[in-house]
Amino acid sequence: MSNPQELLYARTHEWVRLEGDTATVGISLYAQEQLGDVVFVELPAAGKQLVGGDVLGNIESVKAVSEVFAPLAGQVVETNGELEAHPEQVNADPYGQGWLVKLKVAPGAGAGLMDAATYEKFVAEEGAH
Amino acid sequence: MTAENLKRTPLYECHLEAGARMVPFAGFEMPVQYRGVIEEHRTVRTAVGLFDVSHMGEIDVTGARALDFIQFVTCNDASKLVPGRAHYSGLMTPRGTFVDDLLVHKFSDEHYFLVVNAANKDKDYAYLCAQVPGFEGVSVRDRSDDWAQIAIQGPRALEVTQKLTSVPLADIKYYRFVEGEIDGVKAIIARTGYTGEDGFEVYVAPAAAAPLWRSLMAAGAGAGIAPTGLGARDTLRFEACMPLYGNDIDDTTTPLDAGLDWIVKLDKGGFLGRDLLVRQREQGITRKLVGFEMKGRGIARHGYPIVSGGAEVGVVTSGTHSPTLEKALGMGYVPVALSAVGTPIEIEIRGQRVAAEVAGTPFYRRAK
Repeated sequence: MSNPQELLYARTHEWVRLEGDTATVGISLYAQEQLGDVVFVELPAAGKQLVGGDVLGNIESVKAVSEVFAPLAGQVVETNGELEAHPEQVNADPYGQGWLVKLKVAPGAGAGLMDAATYEKFVAEEGAH
Repeated sequence: MTAENLKRTPLYECHLEAGARMVPFAGFEMPVQYRGVIEEHRTVRTAVGLFDVSHMGEIDVTGARALDFIQFVTCNDASKLVPGRAHYSGLMTPRGTFVDDLLVHKFSDEHYFLVVNAANKDKDYAYLCAQVPGFEGVSVRDRSDDWAQIAIQGPRALEVTQKLTSVPLADIKYYRFVEGEIDGVKAIIARTGYTGEDGFEVYVAPAAAAPLWRSLMAAGAGAGIAPTGLGARDTLRFEACMPLYGNDIDDTTTPLDAGLDWIVKLDKGGFLGRDLLVRQREQGITRKLVGFEMKGRGIARHGYPIVSGGAEVGVVTSGTHSPTLEKALGMGYVPVALSAVGTPIEIEIRGQRVAAEVAGTPFYRRAK
């Protein structure tokens, strides 16, 4: 598994890229593998204020609907409109073109999230159950 | 996750070797997908896919009055079957609703072979046994552990399967079957399926299943054969609008509600549920299973409300993103007044009402 080292990860399998007061959020390689072929992505409207753990949106595979959670608190400043026409980018490039939303976050946001190594260990343990 | 109580089919190792993701289904550990649902779906539509359907239930009905028995418990007319023919039918409650849907194969006047849904097998077997006392000499036997079943489906299914048998497969017409050898083992080879494509369902002894699976994979390599999981099996049957028990039909729905009038033969004599079906046909149905296409953004799923005029009028029974038609489609029950193709309806998706429109079915029909 190759999860970028510079990202932070949530137990609910979202990733976060922190740049200043902006957090870009997507779902991990592992999460998209578990979902299977993504065919529909439902994202919040820009301006929506989210608390960490809120439902951020829904990702649908051919088989099922899965909720995506906000890995940290913030206000939605941008959503990935490309996913409306190309939801498969979540599978093809989860850490790049498949990003979901950008949040405006408070200083110090991201505490409590895992680094890549910790996340990989977490996934390995979860997979072993 | 504990898998202790789950059964495995004889093809379990083949699935692991092929990289399947295994899930619990109807008491079995079954492959839900190997490479991806959409890719597997397309392989079946354009080439050929291999399915492990060994979880399905097989029940033998034998005895001098076997036909009378089958006629009594199912709604289709089994007297029309000749040896080597099969048909789709419904195992009926006294209320004319489905205990299960099933395939009835006729071997002889005294031997019928039923193939039922895995999740319903124990229920069906008990139900059938409970009907036996009125039919002297009839024996019902659960043969599910004696048969493995492999489905070979897709436009190249015939060509691939033919490599492993001297039985002239092209001579087996749709819904016919033969007993013959395939890959050196005894089999029942039926031209049936649950995908909307041409193909075969092959029944062999459990010990013969894995060698046959490997032989089929090898025989089909040049044709692009690929193992196909339950995920694609569902999207394939969905596009062909073949009902799924527990989703589109159940013990609250009659075959007439589900638009399966062609399996209801009221003139064949008495059978379980006939009185109610006669009345329903006279009075007319009040709701109907229809197909629909999403017009707004969203995917309808089993259980979502169908709304019209601001009121909930029905329920979605199946829905997904169709890999072949590349749009969001669904099936569900609506009042008859809203069942005409083109009727606007709404689907309530996570609290939001999204526009949809009743559409013609089946969504997908293969070119002959």
